[in-house]
Amino acid sequence: MTATNPAPSPPLHTGSSGSRRLGVVTVAGLVLLVLFAFVFSPADAAQKDSVRIMYIHVPAAIVAYLAVTVTAVGSVFYLWKESEFGDLIAAASAELGALFVAINLFTGMMWGKPTWGAYWVWDARLTSTSLLFIMLLGYLAMRTSSPDPTVGSRRAAIVALLAAINVPIVHFSVDWWRSLHQSATVSRVDATLDDQMLFSLFLGMIVFTMVYAWLLMHRFRVIWLERQLAERGLDDAIAERRAEAFQESRS
Amino acid sequence: MTHLGFVLSSWIVGLGGLGAYTLWVLVRGRRLSGHVPPERRRWS
Repeated sequence: MTATNPAPSPPLHTGSSGSRRLGVVTVAGLVLLVLFAFVFSPADAAQKDSVRIMYIHVPAAIVAYLAVTVTAVGSVFYLWKESEFGDLIAAASAELGALFVAINLFTGMMWGKPTWGAYWVWDARLTSTSLLFIMLLGYLAMRTSSPDPTVGSRRAAIVALLAAINVPIVHFSVDWWRSLHQSATVSRVDATLDDQMLFSLFLGMIVFTMVYAWLLMHRFRVIWLERQLAERGLDDAIAERRAEAFQESRS
Repeated sequence: MTHLGFVLSSWIVGLGGLGAYTLWVLVRGRRLSGHVPPERRRWS
């Protein structure tokens, strides 16, 4: 008599082989980034050690731009083709965008105090970035603004397009208006920037992009699960109502 | 190290925020996965 093994139960998580591989590389990248930010890269002559905040502040800003762009592209596909994938990827990316903008704003404040002498000034870059944060929160609020999810998604998609218009305004605000904030560090790569500083900055951008991609995969899958459960709940409610109506008609 | 409090606050809040969000996403995914049939979870 041979014993039969029961079929293995499917894993209860949102991971896949691809996300696991990316996750391992991302964690290794984060460790390397911390080493470069704190050990291998030197202090700046003018900013001293507060320059080490740049290795998290600038990557957070770049990834926030990326997240808003992905949200806008997904929203366009939703408005144009009614793509459910576009809608869900936009929602996942908007939430991540809000997180990265929040990190960017906080680290900017921590850099501003020792450098400018103030945590906050209402200059063009800081104000437009705050507006971007509010728009992303608005996007997330709009998604739940109607009992009909398609109405909420459509309203949110329009907010996403407005947020996308704000991205170049945030980026070029330091050139278009008089600003206390320094102009773009990355686009004017000059000989005065130390090699290790430059490398740390680019490493930060790559690693934060990987963090974003990894989180996007997982958050998308969680939103997908939420949508499946909401649809099943609706199906169950309809079936229950039909059963009740059938019982009433028989009595 | 100069400005130690500002530098550490930035990194602790930044990476801590990402870590806390990651944990929330993974735990929520694990909880919801149990309620959705495997054939509807395309990644598993």
